[in-house]
Amino acid sequence: MNGLRRFAGFVVGNAIVLFARFLTAVRGIWLGVEPVPHKRVYYSNHTSNADFVLIWTALPPRMRRQTRPVAAADYWFKSKLRAFIITDVFNAVPIDRRAEVREDDPLAKMVAALDEDASLIIFPEGRRNEGPDPLLPFKTGLFHLAEERPDVDLVPVWLENLNSVMPRGEVFPIPLICTVTFGAPIHLDVGEDKAAFLERASDALLELRPRQEAAS
Amino acid sequence: MSELYPLLGSVIGILVVLSLAIGILREWKFADGSNDIIETLNGYIIVWWGMVVVFWLSSLLGHTGVILLFFALSFAALREFLTLTTKSRSDHYALLLAFIFVLPFQYYLLWIDWYGLYSIFIPVYAFLILPVVSVIRGATQDFLIRVAETQWALMIAVFCASHVPALLLLDIAGFEGRNVLLIVYLVAVVQIHDLMHYLFAKLVGRRKVMPQLEASKTWEGVAGGFVGAIVIGTLLWWITPFAPWQAFFVSLVLCMCGLGGRMVMTAIKRDRGVKDWGHLVPGHGGFVDRLDSVVFAAPIFFHMVRFFWG
Repeated sequence: MNGLRRFAGFVVGNAIVLFARFLTAVRGIWLGVEPVPHKRVYYSNHTSNADFVLIWTALPPRMRRQTRPVAAADYWFKSKLRAFIITDVFNAVPIDRRAEVREDDPLAKMVAALDEDASLIIFPEGRRNEGPDPLLPFKTGLFHLAEERPDVDLVPVWLENLNSVMPRGEVFPIPLICTVTFGAPIHLDVGEDKAAFLERASDALLELRPRQEAAS
Repeated sequence: MSELYPLLGSVIGILVVLSLAIGILREWKFADGSNDIIETLNGYIIVWWGMVVVFWLSSLLGHTGVILLFFALSFAALREFLTLTTKSRSDHYALLLAFIFVLPFQYYLLWIDWYGLYSIFIPVYAFLILPVVSVIRGATQDFLIRVAETQWALMIAVFCASHVPALLLLDIAGFEGRNVLLIVYLVAVVQIHDLMHYLFAKLVGRRKVMPQLEASKTWEGVAGGFVGAIVIGTLLWWITPFAPWQAFFVSLVLCMCGLGGRMVMTAIKRDRGVKDWGHLVPGHGGFVDRLDSVVFAAPIFFHMVRFFWG
């Protein structure tokens, strides 16, 4: 039964990747790091529920199994289909965003996954950005992760155009070309405080935006 | 069709020799992709191999195969084009309609050979209906810009591109079963114009023309492109329904369309601040980059042939 689920997850995962390619012809631009299976935390701007799918698609296949998106359990465990996709296809690290009801510590789960040699995909804005600002202020999770595991590379990843493919509230996506830009990794400096680190992390991500948009 | 096989064979032969020569030269001297001329030639050879596929599809599957191929290419082109246009949330359904209805329907009309509708469907019906779909959602900011840019995308990526396979549908007395050669002729003349233009500008270009558009554009390039393409276009008269003197004028018109198309599409890229439309062909941009001039010339070539020889 378990083998069957894993196989189904593999097939569905490839179907999702194929569909994402058909819609977005997605291209990974590796500016600051090489596409090699190195333990990393990819942190990215968040505009759509399909964000991690696009990052996952842009990764070379052999790196996908080791790269686990950190996903909101309160959203993804609402139905059986969502639960299947998030656990069996993407092998996600589920965390509960509702501090008042959760029993386990999200940070501990992420650190545990890193210690098992997985890479992570996280969205430090904490929720989908729908406003005119390119980035929302970062939540503190990225800082605590950097504090706990200072040797892990924190790689900024800019997702371009996915919000036009599927704006929030729309049912059908339209095909448009998307890019996923991987920047140079950052680390927590000795003695750096939370606010300074989060601002530096946010700036490193913003710097990856394509030029024509930055100009407007 | 079978009498075309010697031609296909020699084209493949020439391409194999060219591809090998370029490939070896590239590996041997310019493995880092630093030589611009080699890289450009390589880009053209990719398109010419694409022509062999068109040829092969048309002999294997007839019109259907070529129409399906261009349907897929139009999809890729429209995806590239609309990525760069101005749009808002309100256009979501209009754009969706462009992809799931306008694009397939245009190729369906081609497939059933309904000339009266496929030649006006996009400029009349799609152009009038899509803005209505956009306006229903309310946002009026940049409305004219959004509508106009979406229309241009459909015009180039679907309407113009669909006129390449439409050449297969023309009835020309005494030319039955050889229409695929019209596609070959169109692509060959326009691409040779582009290539000659590039080579002359690169090697002997001195007097600049329109430097604000392209720093490399020179009168020598324009002259070299026209002369080269017209000579070859005239010499290829025997694969077309044209007499040699007619082939001369057809090539001249194709050169003008090709040059104009290239300039217009470059201006659009300039405006949007991008180097390439897309990345369909790794290292050589997208479909629109490879075939902008051909696509631009296609409807004019189509109607010219239909009017004088159809």
